[in-house]
Amino acid sequence: MGNIMSIENLDFYYGDFKALKNINLQAVEKEVLAFIGPSGCGKSTLLRILNRMSDLTAGSRVDGKITFRNEDIFKMDTIDLRRKVGMVFQKPNPFPMSIYDNIAYGPRMQGLKDKNELDKIVEESLKKAAIWEEVKDKLKKSAIGVSGGQQQRLCIARAVAMSPEVLLMDEPTSALDPISTLKIEDLVNELKQQYTIIMVTHNMQQAARISDKTAFFLLGELVEVGETGQIFSTPQQKKTEDYITGRFG
Amino acid sequence: MDKLMRYVFMGCAAVTILSISIIAGYVVANGVPFFAHTDLISFLTGKEWIPSGHIYGIYPMLVASILGTLGAVTIGVVIGISTAIVLVEILPPSLSSWLSKAIDLLAGIPSVVYGFFGLMVIVPLINKTWGGPGAGSSLLAVIFILGIMILPTIIRMTEVSLRAVPKEYKEGALALGATRLQYIFKVQLRAAQSGILAGIILGTGRALGETMAVMLVAGNTALVPDSILSPVRTLTANVALEMSYAMGTHQQALFATGLVLFALIMAINLLMQYILKRAGRN
Repeated sequence: MGNIMSIENLDFYYGDFKALKNINLQAVEKEVLAFIGPSGCGKSTLLRILNRMSDLTAGSRVDGKITFRNEDIFKMDTIDLRRKVGMVFQKPNPFPMSIYDNIAYGPRMQGLKDKNELDKIVEESLKKAAIWEEVKDKLKKSAIGVSGGQQQRLCIARAVAMSPEVLLMDEPTSALDPISTLKIEDLVNELKQQYTIIMVTHNMQQAARISDKTAFFLLGELVEVGETGQIFSTPQQKKTEDYITGRFG
Repeated sequence: MDKLMRYVFMGCAAVTILSISIIAGYVVANGVPFFAHTDLISFLTGKEWIPSGHIYGIYPMLVASILGTLGAVTIGVVIGISTAIVLVEILPPSLSSWLSKAIDLLAGIPSVVYGFFGLMVIVPLINKTWGGPGAGSSLLAVIFILGIMILPTIIRMTEVSLRAVPKEYKEGALALGATRLQYIFKVQLRAAQSGILAGIILGTGRALGETMAVMLVAGNTALVPDSILSPVRTLTANVALEMSYAMGTHQQALFATGLVLFALIMAINLLMQYILKRAGRN
């Protein structure tokens, strides 16, 4: 499979602070790419640049190039880009409306009004996010009323409803209990049949369990990237080895 | 110490409750006997108010108060909510803090000054543009002045509740490819709706209760308005205009007018609580 997103010589600044230094990295289609590294290493920053959520940060600046299917994302319409590159956040953030309206939000934004079509998308998206069975009888109830783990799967369903090609996940399980975490991890395994997933995680076991490739960041630099098995068994860099064996971080 | 402070706080709370009870009791005690003279239905639906002939019908004032308030709230809601959106989401923070200060200033202007401005500027303007039986003093002038007066309340409440919407909602919406306006209208306003509603109800209460500014621009004739340019008299103005010389049944009739106002405000408050509760459930 080919590269779907490609990052070339990327620098990122918050004001005068250089948060990312000369990043070069490719995401392969229908693989799970995990970003690991200690807090403040820039992994979440990089993820948020990929769908240009970073545009919202005042005083930030990007140098370098990122392409999505060979198209420069900084020249793309952000709305178009974000429809193709969806995002799931650290803290589950369903909107304060019904479960149905949450999932239908994106398609409706695009102007879809047909009730049958919307019903179909909602059901399919909830099924793909493995939460249909749990919520099918309370689609009209508020999305705020379900548990944290269910909220996060609703958010995944909401992103999936846009039929994106890439799903960005920013520590999607860090606010969840172990059982909900496992469910999300199983779900990621399912979803990668159809989507490319780029995921930031604090949890190294999680990266080892579910990712195909792992990228290790430190102080704004990409130290090493490779097959997950190889990164965790035979890292090429001393810094990577120190981190994954728990010597710091 | 804890015990002492407990009594101090309870004492303060008691003062508030006592004040409300005494005022309510006083108005009721003075107003209710009036209904021996005229029953409630004829009082509310009577189209003539002739105190010298002992005919007391507040229908014209009731209509003026309700229409004036509805008109003002319509203006206030449209302009107020739009202004709050501009303050919170569209203007850069430096500009929005200036505008915010200007709105605070608007809230601080005494109502007599609004009335004076209305009398000197709005009334002549209406007279010049459309004329009308009141030479500009009219329901339209009332609506206009009240609409401006309730703006700060609606803007402030809407602004606070829009700002209280978690930024995660914004990120969530934008990450789904929503435009800024789609986020504001489909998510942010919805998330802030209970606070916005509270602002609207507060503004409604203020418009209904406003007296001084209204008296200066309304024309104060106790007739049912037949157009938006007719001079009107509101319930509040009715009480304020005549209380100083009213005696006997006439005075009781004014208290009864106050009672009707009281009931209207209570009804609005109950409506608000009902709506907020329902919004909370969904």
